[in-house]
Amino acid sequence: MTLPRPFEGFFEEMGRFFQLTGRIFAWTPRPPYDWRELLRQMVKVGVDSVPVVFLTALFTGMVLALQTFSVLRRFNAESFVGSLVALSMVRELSSVLSGLIVAGRAGSAMGAELGTMRVTEQIDALEVMATDPVHYLAVPRVWATTIMLPLLVVMGNGVGILGGYLVAVILMGANPVSYLDKSFQYMDSSDLFSGVIKAAVFGFLLAAIGCQQGFYTTGGAEGVGKATTAAVVVASIAILISDFFLTRLLF
Amino acid sequence: MTEPQGSTPQTQQDVKIRIHDLHKSFGSKLVLDGVNIDIAPAESLVIIGGSGTGKSVLLKHVIGLLKPDSGTVEVDGTAVESLGNRQITEFRRKFGMAFQEGALFDSMTVWQNVAFPLQRLTKKSHKEIDDRVEECLSMVRLEGVGSKLPSQLSGGMRRRVGFARAVAHQPEILLFDEPTTGLDPITTALIDEVILDLSDRLKTTSVTITHDMESAYRIADRIAMLHQGKIIAEAPPEEFKRLEDPRVQQFIHGQADGPLSEEMARKPQKSNGESNEADEGNEAD
Repeated sequence: MTLPRPFEGFFEEMGRFFQLTGRIFAWTPRPPYDWRELLRQMVKVGVDSVPVVFLTALFTGMVLALQTFSVLRRFNAESFVGSLVALSMVRELSSVLSGLIVAGRAGSAMGAELGTMRVTEQIDALEVMATDPVHYLAVPRVWATTIMLPLLVVMGNGVGILGGYLVAVILMGANPVSYLDKSFQYMDSSDLFSGVIKAAVFGFLLAAIGCQQGFYTTGGAEGVGKATTAAVVVASIAILISDFFLTRLLF
Repeated sequence: MTEPQGSTPQTQQDVKIRIHDLHKSFGSKLVLDGVNIDIAPAESLVIIGGSGTGKSVLLKHVIGLLKPDSGTVEVDGTAVESLGNRQITEFRRKFGMAFQEGALFDSMTVWQNVAFPLQRLTKKSHKEIDDRVEECLSMVRLEGVGSKLPSQLSGGMRRRVGFARAVAHQPEILLFDEPTTGLDPITTALIDEVILDLSDRLKTTSVTITHDMESAYRIADRIAMLHQGKIIAEAPPEEFKRLEDPRVQQFIHGQADGPLSEEMARKPQKSNGESNEADEGNEAD
């Protein structure tokens, strides 16, 4: 049976993704454990993404406060700006936006790096030297991202709330104490927890997709370019779609 | 000998690598169309053939990087394509392979590159590894570049580092994908000497792909020519030079006109008429 091209391509990609995921889980418990590489990737994916995630969260929190303030004022409900900003950031925006940003930064880098290794036969060379490329390349990258993205999101939560606070208090003249009070009044640990879980899933997805695109690169420099683009586009879509289902599942 | 079915050593002991009726297509392109050849232990086989005739593809089947569409590759009596993921890792310890452009890991220094197979495949101490890396680098006249990154080396130097990395753990079988292309004649002779020395001293079996006939005559116990996915000729070097097949003569004398170029002009894409059927068969699965 032959499927129309776009469908065929879609199922092929899905098949590759689940195959790679299976291999990542199968290889993870097996020695040798490359702690140094894991650490190196954690720095590359996590620490190096701090500035860009910081800015994203800060300005998202700020614009949220700006927007909701002017809308809620129409209902005399300005006092809820703090709750709205905090809950939006923690439950949804911090994880999704950080996921998208890290997909653009680190996921694309994985696609490009592994893609270049593929087209220059470095991945073949690894296999020849009895080293499984999934074990050696994908496992540290995927787990590093799965660990670091939730941490970035926790930081993003704080920064986003701070951004909202600054706008509300300085620009809109809200009462600092009651603003902060409202920010945390309606929040419970499950809000925080679900955002962090989502971030871990997004981290896994974007890194696995980046690695997958890299591994299956063909066709020289142009192929590496395509793999890099695909790593970002596919990961972003995967994050947005899985966000819906995760939200449905977690709340 | 125009269509040999591979030399046939009498007993199993005489065969290190047996390639039998190997077929491989990529999409609609038929690359290997029934390759047959046996390689004896400690033999140095050189494979020649035009660009895009599937020489590298053949080499990658021997080490299990590619799986055949049909046919088998046996190494020491084990069918390579039957090995599972973990078995193939063990199996590859026997091999060293040097890639066309070196395929050095560009995030690692030269020292780390050459040490990589020693760290992954042997239980040597750091000191032993360090000594061996120095030894291998001096073998290809690259003393003192250990701390450089591959991007800081010239193409020829990278290729030599790739060669050093391939031989570092003293494997039983060496596969060389154009080890001397783009090297100056003196370095080429040097690499050839190392290949000869390895097969004399360590009884290493080697399969070398090259375009360089001078080099082929020097290192080969036997030369085989791959054309249109088949071995069309094979013989020891002296005999090979005298083969009457016009395709062989055109290739070894590097003539622009001849049967090879006529075939290329006639069929720029497909290698032959049969390939159409083979393609469809391949795409169905």
